[in-house]
Amino acid sequence: MTASENPTGGIRDSYAEKYGFHDADQFVFKARKGLDAGIVQGISQMKGEPAWMLEFRLKALETFRRKPMPMWGGDLMQIDFDDIFYYVKPTEQEAKSWEDVPADMKRTFDRLGIPEAEQKFLSGVGAQYDSEVVYHKIKENLEKLGVLFLSTDHALRDHEELFRRYFGTVIPPTDNKFAALNSAVWSGGSFIYVPKGVRVDVPLQAYFRINTKDMGQFERTLIIVDEGAFVHYIEGCTAPTYSSDSLHSAVVEIVVKAGGRCRYTTIQNWSNNVYNLVTKRAAAYRDATMEWVDGNLGSKLTMKYPAIYLMEPGAHGEVLSIAFAGKGQHQDAGAKAVHVAPHTTSKIVSKSISKDGGRAGYRGLVKVAKGAVGCRSTVNCDALILDEASRSDTYPTMEIEEDQVSIGHEATVSKIGDEQLFYLTSRGVPKDEAAAMIVAGFIEPVVKELPMEYAVEMNRLIQLQMEGSVG
Amino acid sequence: MSQTADLVVKDLCVAVEGKQILKGLSLEVRKGEVHALMGPNGSGKSTLANTLMGHPRYEVTGGDVLFKGRSILGLESDARSRLGLFLAFQYPVAIPGVTVSNFLRTALNARLAPRVAATDGSMPAKRGIAPKEFRALLREHMALLQMDESFALRYLNDGFSGGEKKRTEILQMAMLKPEIAIMDETDSGLDIDALRIVSGGVNALSGPNLGVLVITHYQRILDYIKPHFVHVMLDGRITLSGGPELALELESRGYDFVREGKEPATR
Repeated sequence: MTASENPTGGIRDSYAEKYGFHDADQFVFKARKGLDAGIVQGISQMKGEPAWMLEFRLKALETFRRKPMPMWGGDLMQIDFDDIFYYVKPTEQEAKSWEDVPADMKRTFDRLGIPEAEQKFLSGVGAQYDSEVVYHKIKENLEKLGVLFLSTDHALRDHEELFRRYFGTVIPPTDNKFAALNSAVWSGGSFIYVPKGVRVDVPLQAYFRINTKDMGQFERTLIIVDEGAFVHYIEGCTAPTYSSDSLHSAVVEIVVKAGGRCRYTTIQNWSNNVYNLVTKRAAAYRDATMEWVDGNLGSKLTMKYPAIYLMEPGAHGEVLSIAFAGKGQHQDAGAKAVHVAPHTTSKIVSKSISKDGGRAGYRGLVKVAKGAVGCRSTVNCDALILDEASRSDTYPTMEIEEDQVSIGHEATVSKIGDEQLFYLTSRGVPKDEAAAMIVAGFIEPVVKELPMEYAVEMNRLIQLQMEGSVG
Repeated sequence: MSQTADLVVKDLCVAVEGKQILKGLSLEVRKGEVHALMGPNGSGKSTLANTLMGHPRYEVTGGDVLFKGRSILGLESDARSRLGLFLAFQYPVAIPGVTVSNFLRTALNARLAPRVAATDGSMPAKRGIAPKEFRALLREHMALLQMDESFALRYLNDGFSGGEKKRTEILQMAMLKPEIAIMDETDSGLDIDALRIVSGGVNALSGPNLGVLVITHYQRILDYIKPHFVHVMLDGRITLSGGPELALELESRGYDFVREGKEPATR
């Protein structure tokens, strides 16, 4: 394994060492750079897909071409769509045992602690390397209960009918330019189906790794939680530190049926050369609960606003998010709660931190449709700015078309106060540790929602980001 | 007592944002002694407290502060704390998301374990006090201050009442075991029951190993914490020093007699 090509310097030096490494190029197939119908046909053909999927892809490609680049959010002008590898196939087929994963890739995932986590505290694990899932496994007892946890490609092959009933229904390709792009070239991702009444008490996890330079990763995830069922899905991601940019553009669709509950946790720690432009949306039906727990620490630019459509009475949605932007980073994170049905509730908690000239913010939408009476929604977005060079933005949008609702919005922007630092240091705590403590306290309301192992990981990542931050 | 006092303040001059507040203040506090520093609002009492603890906003323009025989003016506040100096704040700030317990353990560990400069962000393998031992110690001190155990899991000063804040200050003092403690207007905002509990805590901690400087506007707290020495501060200087009786004198006659340069009746 070689060292990183271009350590970004400063706060993320240790990133280069821990996650920024890369394997020598290793693939069984790599499409040429650039995007056209030929590339899309090639991907579909190689995967042996049914004709309807190829048609879906080609139509999405047209949509992608037609749609202009978004002029809001972050600076997307540096992305050169012709200079990206859209499909890099790492292995011939996905393995069910780590033994069968090629040595280099296995070593990578070992280094990232994935097999260890699988043994200790997970019900199932998927590992995607560039464009394809190279390993996927779920505990046998869950398999027997009818729980499906597969790569999305695998699900299309083996469960086409179920797949087709939901695929593209929550996020149509026409939703936005990057959803269209993903729909055209998607590859990999997780497919989860939890049957009626089945509770998956121990989380499932997928880990996404980009290895190839100038690569675009376009995984597609589809989760269906049937009536009264429960699942907690966790995703993590890292990439090598390259001097040129990579693109990660995922689509995640979730359907939570009556009385079901889904929690989706993300710990996004891409290297600082990755554009992370992701569309995530869930539809929650009668008395169902959808929770997004979203931690964004890495990437060059993230534009991501996990959404919940509250489709039937009693549905509840929560988005809890943390965004940390260091030097050269822009986290344009947020949330959307769309109250389609009456008597639905939502809660949004956003915590953003910016330092060393980073820019972090909250962009959100709360919408209550006409007739959706008795809805309740609360939005809390807090920003912590660590120095003069850094920036925080808050763009809350409310579209309330009904009177009989209760909508609350609170926003705070604060700096690490001299008085707080003095108070903690006056008890003997060194200044940088005190600052890290204040930051950890700031994000505590979200971190406490993470499983213990991930809470520890999150605090450790924050500590890494905070090193040497206060003079 | 011929040896040098543990805390020596020598001709201290301090400015805040260019305005001179302390104008040559001198004071000596030894372990085992309780000093009361009294003075009207604006006389510079809190400036002294913050300066001694090393608040960066206070600029020392003259004089010196010696602690255990060495000047501490060049030290950051965390180093002063680890040397054995403590300040009970008049207005303790809230640190949301950080529990009393977590904070106290970090503070205690900062003085128990040498800080290892970790290059990879990891914590040193062995660091300070064991969790079990810590919990026992915390429980013991909380009982002394009649604090409910659930208090340990609340966020530091976040939504605390005035009394709870002050009790938490004394709890910290009890856990950190300073040699010299400065109590800045600890009595302000306390009802009589809270004052009794807080004072009881301070009294339980005092002894030959602790010197206390009680800064106060009113004599009230001195009914509970008996000072050996009383100093009166006016316009950035100590203008009068005496025994405990001076406090009573001030209570009955106000600060004006000091201001007018009259001799106290008891002298």
